[in-house]
Amino acid sequence: MKREVWVFVQRENNKIAEISLELLGKGRDLADKLDAVLAAIIIGKKAHELASPLIAHGADRIYLAQHEQLDSYTTLPYTRVLVNLISRFKPEIFLLGATALGRDLAPRVASYLKVGITADCTELKIDHYTEPLSKERYKNILMQIRPAFGGNIIATIVNPKTRPQMATVREGVMSALPPDATRKGEVINLGPELAEEDFKVQVVERKAVEKRVDLKTAGIIVAGGAGVKSRENFQLIFKLASCLGAAVGASRAAVDGGLIHHDHQIGQTGSTVRPRLYIACGISGAVQHRAGMSESKKIIAINPDSEAPIFEIAHYGIVGDLTEIIPKIITAYRAKNSGGKSGKLLPR
Amino acid sequence: MAYHSIVLAKQVPDTTAVTVKAMRKDGTLNRSALPATFNRDDLNALEMALQVKEDHGGTVTVITMGPRMASEILREALYRGADETILLTDKRFAAADTLATSYTLSVAIKKLRDFDLIFCGREASDGNTAQVGPQVAEKLGVPQITYVEKISRLEEGLLEATRLTDQGYEIVQSPLPLLLTIVPHANEPRPPAAKRLMRFKKAMTPTEAASRLQREAAFTNKVEIFCEQLKEKGLLITEWNAEALPIELDRCGRSGSPTWVKKIERVVLMGGEYKSFPPTDEGVGQLIQELIEDHTFG
Repeated sequence: MKREVWVFVQRENNKIAEISLELLGKGRDLADKLDAVLAAIIIGKKAHELASPLIAHGADRIYLAQHEQLDSYTTLPYTRVLVNLISRFKPEIFLLGATALGRDLAPRVASYLKVGITADCTELKIDHYTEPLSKERYKNILMQIRPAFGGNIIATIVNPKTRPQMATVREGVMSALPPDATRKGEVINLGPELAEEDFKVQVVERKAVEKRVDLKTAGIIVAGGAGVKSRENFQLIFKLASCLGAAVGASRAAVDGGLIHHDHQIGQTGSTVRPRLYIACGISGAVQHRAGMSESKKIIAINPDSEAPIFEIAHYGIVGDLTEIIPKIITAYRAKNSGGKSGKLLPR
Repeated sequence: MAYHSIVLAKQVPDTTAVTVKAMRKDGTLNRSALPATFNRDDLNALEMALQVKEDHGGTVTVITMGPRMASEILREALYRGADETILLTDKRFAAADTLATSYTLSVAIKKLRDFDLIFCGREASDGNTAQVGPQVAEKLGVPQITYVEKISRLEEGLLEATRLTDQGYEIVQSPLPLLLTIVPHANEPRPPAAKRLMRFKKAMTPTEAASRLQREAAFTNKVEIFCEQLKEKGLLITEWNAEALPIELDRCGRSGSPTWVKKIERVVLMGGEYKSFPPTDEGVGQLIQELIEDHTFG
């Protein structure tokens, strides 16, 4: 029997979360290298409705764990369903998104199974591994690559002796495959085993809050740090962003200092972004922050401290007071962008 | 009703204290230049436990696993209001991944008296895995509520909390005992209290007590008596090694860790070409002109 690579499918209002499609894209690649089956595990009330799009995005096999009581996520019943399925089908690899849900569920499942798990991977590969002391060789195992220590190091983690090899993967770093409606796959319906005791934790209210910011798709980000100093000054950041058609980001220091809501946070514990232009205002450039934005195509740093680490990764730097410089940028942009050209608005 | 709370804390290198001095010329971080500190998120966990104690009565016990010097964060917990502190330290606990760490912590928790609540920070700032909390909950067979922002109700053995989700938030009810992981914006951790600091700066582990007596050339057979005196004054930090716990050694430390680090690469976060502009109208104008010309603005 062929080995299996599993992807946990996260749902958002009975739609497939983007991260799950990204995992299928990477999972397809891993399964092909191992000559394995790529299976998607979906738990829910109407999970079957999502089977076809999962197949179109790369899955060979769909395991459906459908039950009225499994409609919305809670930790204990989902853990039970997964550990039972894993014990039965013994997948080689099991991937989940490093989302709030995935980071709640995955470690509990791994602990129950006593298997290794690596959090927040940014890359996954299949390779051989030789243990340096015993010289024992492990063939075709999962290389789990992730930043650690506040983004200062990149670690490659292996767990060659336990199965499945589990990992959670950061959102937005893997690519989903374009859907192919002609792909074929099999759908396996499973009767999930439930236990009444698992339902002692109850969700009494669930509220979706519209994300105030979509940093991941923004082409330009204007971000503020502790150097912005006050909520009033942060209005300058918003003003510049609205002038440039940009999203507003923030460092952890600014969020923790209460200058701005944590939805805006960029960095190791916030969003990872790759805009074409990143304007860092009053951000010193702690490694945690740099880990989340260093791949921006162009970085402008504005900071009064010419020694601030942010200048080491910036392409353009202005040493000075942001409350003076930002208004100058707005003035210059308005003058140059409307003046010299044909006058028509550029599409963004 | 009074509640017995446990807070799990970790001593971490302070990666937020990264300054130019802690950076090497090649752009990598010099870890030894960083001070060891109380993991930030764990202070939020401690704060929430202390608030429960203030509102309902009970006790707060702080546990950490780490090298001997990790006793420092236990003293810091005492300064802030912890009743009891426990250091789990043993070479055989070292180099543990999250599975082995959660196993060791869970064995120590089982050795304590019954608990009602366990508080953890959302994640440690050095590993950022957020795994140990849920894994400890699983090992103890209790429910978990992660990413908790607020406890809105606590009565008759039932807790109601607001937790963050991928879409927004949800309000969850769970019976006790259970484990919570706390997000950093949940509260503002209190600073050390001056009076408690004066009192508990003398708190120490038996190992620290022994080396102090040795320094003072006192007889080592007095260590036990000295510890007894410390204990009476509430100044003894409990210290447990593997022998003190009913623990399976092959599930601790490196040997209990299924994940191995194959390779570590230093990240060099350096930019390419760098251009500096003066903070003047002309300087800013030149920069904007350049970005307009290469279509960076769109």
